[in-house]
Amino acid sequence: MAQTAQSLNHARPPEAGHSVKRHTGLMDWITTVDHKKIAILYLWAGGLFFGIGGLEAILIRIQLIKPMNTFLDAQTFNELITMHGTTMIFLGVMPVIFALMNAVIPLQIGARDVAFPFLNALGFWTFLFGGLLLNLSWIMGGAPDAGWTSYTPLSTSTYSATHGVDFYTIGLQIAGLGTLIGGINFLATIITMRAPGMSYMRMPMFAWTTFITSAIILFAFPAITVGLVLLTFDRILGANFFEVGAGGNPVLWQHIFWIFGHPEVYILILPAFGIISEVIPTFARKRLFGYSSMVFATILIAFLGFMVWAHHMFTTGLGPVANALFSVSTMLIAVPTGIKIFNWLFTMWGGQVRFTTPNLFAVGFIPTFTMGGVTGVMLASAPADFQFHDTYFVVAHFHYVIVGGLVLGLFAGLHYWWPKMFGRMLDEGLGKWTFWTFIIGFHMTFFVQHFLGLMGMQRRVFTYLPNQQFDLLNLISTIGAGLMGVGMLFFLTNIFLTSRKPADAADDPWEDGRTLEWTIPSPPPEYNFKQTPLVRGIDAFWKEKTAGHKGMTPSEPVGSIHMPSATILPFLMSVGIFIAGLGFMFSRDTFSSDALSFLFNNYIVTGLGLLITFGSMLMRSLFDDHGWHIEPEELEGR
Amino acid sequence: MMKTWQAGKRLLPLTATLGLILAGCGREDLSVLRPQGPAAESSFDLMKLAITIMIVVLLIVFSIAAYVLIRFRRKPGQREIPEQVEGNFKLEVLWTVIPLILVVVLAVPTVKAVFAAGNDHSDDKNAIKVKVTGHQYWWEFEYTDYGVKTAQDLVIPAGKDIAFELSTADVLHSFWVPSLAGKMDTNPDGTINRFSFSAPNEGVYRGKCAELCGPSHGFMEFKVKSVSDAEFEQWLASMKSPAVLPEDPELAKKFRSACLTCHAVGDQGVAMGPNLTGLGSRESVAGILLNDDTGVDGAPILDNLKTWLHDPQSVKPGNRMPDPKKDLGLTDEEIDGIAEYLAGYTLD
Repeated sequence: MAQTAQSLNHARPPEAGHSVKRHTGLMDWITTVDHKKIAILYLWAGGLFFGIGGLEAILIRIQLIKPMNTFLDAQTFNELITMHGTTMIFLGVMPVIFALMNAVIPLQIGARDVAFPFLNALGFWTFLFGGLLLNLSWIMGGAPDAGWTSYTPLSTSTYSATHGVDFYTIGLQIAGLGTLIGGINFLATIITMRAPGMSYMRMPMFAWTTFITSAIILFAFPAITVGLVLLTFDRILGANFFEVGAGGNPVLWQHIFWIFGHPEVYILILPAFGIISEVIPTFARKRLFGYSSMVFATILIAFLGFMVWAHHMFTTGLGPVANALFSVSTMLIAVPTGIKIFNWLFTMWGGQVRFTTPNLFAVGFIPTFTMGGVTGVMLASAPADFQFHDTYFVVAHFHYVIVGGLVLGLFAGLHYWWPKMFGRMLDEGLGKWTFWTFIIGFHMTFFVQHFLGLMGMQRRVFTYLPNQQFDLLNLISTIGAGLMGVGMLFFLTNIFLTSRKPADAADDPWEDGRTLEWTIPSPPPEYNFKQTPLVRGIDAFWKEKTAGHKGMTPSEPVGSIHMPSATILPFLMSVGIFIAGLGFMFSRDTFSSDALSFLFNNYIVTGLGLLITFGSMLMRSLFDDHGWHIEPEELEGR
Repeated sequence: MMKTWQAGKRLLPLTATLGLILAGCGREDLSVLRPQGPAAESSFDLMKLAITIMIVVLLIVFSIAAYVLIRFRRKPGQREIPEQVEGNFKLEVLWTVIPLILVVVLAVPTVKAVFAAGNDHSDDKNAIKVKVTGHQYWWEFEYTDYGVKTAQDLVIPAGKDIAFELSTADVLHSFWVPSLAGKMDTNPDGTINRFSFSAPNEGVYRGKCAELCGPSHGFMEFKVKSVSDAEFEQWLASMKSPAVLPEDPELAKKFRSACLTCHAVGDQGVAMGPNLTGLGSRESVAGILLNDDTGVDGAPILDNLKTWLHDPQSVKPGNRMPDPKKDLGLTDEEIDGIAEYLAGYTLD
């Protein structure tokens, strides 16, 4: 594994490396292993899918604007809701989370890169090709239509005859590889690459939540992978895991899905908790209130998150004992979450709160997320959930936590770290417009949906009868969705205008930065830290500032820095898996051309794809790449 | 434990007020907020308790947030560094313990209600046993003790406990009558569910499928008709009386060959599609075309039947009924004739 330099590596003679081969333009992006560039790749790819998912949402809301609307047909509507959910969760918000983790975590812990830069690139490319494969379904015979939960038997080949669900299972397996790789990488990075003096209990909160999130990924993603493999076998190879007639059990799928699905919720929200815990102290100019309890609350949420999955299944018929246990365990999660809310509020208590755009999003997050949290506790009560389940009440609840929680958190994080990532400050005026349109639109869209659900509107209906008192609330909801769309346009305009300005952001552009990322230039040089800093306490940079120092005390002399080599292999491996996946999916189809039938039916396409992947792996194993060095003269010359 | 109950009691007035406000929401025959039976009431009581607690929590959080954001804004020229507070043990214990107490206040009645809802009345001799089977996209109701099968309209005697056995013939559905009870999934054999509710008041209640089951999931509606004991007995009797076929022998022949190969009327036909006995007395055609002579909620039944029979796919996309014209070769006149016959096939 390519290992970036830590102080120990300086003992190694420079000859171990080679002179660097620098790529430019597109090749630079395809071959990069630099966490900062991979962060930008994650951001653009996540942004693209987020945009697709957003357009799908707008189409869904237009269809529901009035009763018995005929804007979309039923089948298209089901494809849209399935793809909206799947895209937003797996391809929209998760990559943006990974973008921020990649951009920030190595900087926050004082590292020069992640533990496995090669794997980092591989993780990105498998995610991208998995996502592309899934979205190809729109133009290759129909998108998946069984909901993002893909409950069997609706998702089996008997009831979903197109290749839609195959795109779902194969696409998510490929994209899931990327997530798992990313999770493992961040675990290793945070365990092994913290700067001298940064003990676990001195890590910034975002590093902590990234650490815990990665651990959840490590345990949760194998569950969904198993489920997806079983469903793929059922659909493509005629296995019977979920086929009732052959002794399979559809309820099994629900368990497997939610054993992953519920921890996934915390994979999404914990990074947002981390971001909020960075932004609020910075703009209140106070250290995070109750840091230790925040850490333990995070761990407790992750732990409890694995034992509540059946609260998604209260109406499946698990019996009173299971329903009672899962009700109580679910309610318990409210306690550590409540701790966090009050800690944030009391961080601001006695502080000097500045309403910059990132802080607006963070401050907007607190009440909005709390609203999503309390409806979560309501849903935990099984007898009440018999009524809430699968209605618009649930739709309102999970959008409050995912959009009102996570997405507001991501906006806070993006505005906050944008100058660090790109060297340019986003425009504050446009940022405020983004915030107000987005959050007002958000509450308009989703607040009324609580009542729609309680008044008897079930979710996933492509239209509804008039005279059920649903009409006005649905109209309000659709207008709100439009307003959220306007908010997104403000954000995109902001990005565009900002990209045309000179990159002149200061090292510490918000002036009150507390953590290590603000001690180095914006954007950072490719080696991040010329000298690895010495960490003397929590909020390392703030501590130095209050002690009257300009910057960090280095923990090593200026020396030669070992860097990993750029490589195209991760990209090629992912292309191979992509081809293999497509080939496998169509292996049972008859094509109009005999040649195509021959290629697909004999698994030749699949084999070719796997050959590319395994060939690339072989190359990686056979040819040692020791990376290259940046010499002290070069460092001083900058 | 006593203390938590005290806290719960203090919330009562707020809960009562809340109940009044929420009762204004939605149709009486459809809304969760206007429960019409004990099962729905039990859910609603828990909801009111939960909403009350949650409103208290929200008020606390919102007030602290508002105070902090107004009081502690950075003023122009403010240069001094605020005191860096590490935490406060007492406060942190406080906001760990209070939520824990609130959770207990909600958890105790929740667990009680869970076990109460577990009584499915399947052994209850006085309960009416109904086997519910979900199909894409219609509901079959079988009264096992009486040997009667019907579809789309579930007729029950008011006040009696109904013991349901829920299953599906194809994909998962979920059986939901919001104003009477929470929902329960219809699973395939092996994971069959049982539950129970009752409707003390006579009336018609709207039911829906709550689990995505295909394109027409949103149109998989049904009605629950709660009637007096006498009316229920009469209904059972007329369901069991011999089938009435179209008077015109030609039409009757067509009806037999085209329709009764899947459907049943009375003692005739095949029980594959929805049972058509007494269709003229039903609340809807195909569950979604509401029969309403006033035209407010729907159209007269004859119009609905014609709409349905002339193009079933346009009414309920993806449904399994063959097209009477294209697949079964019926002429427009024959279709209208069958529609008139079915509209006139009423029960006493």
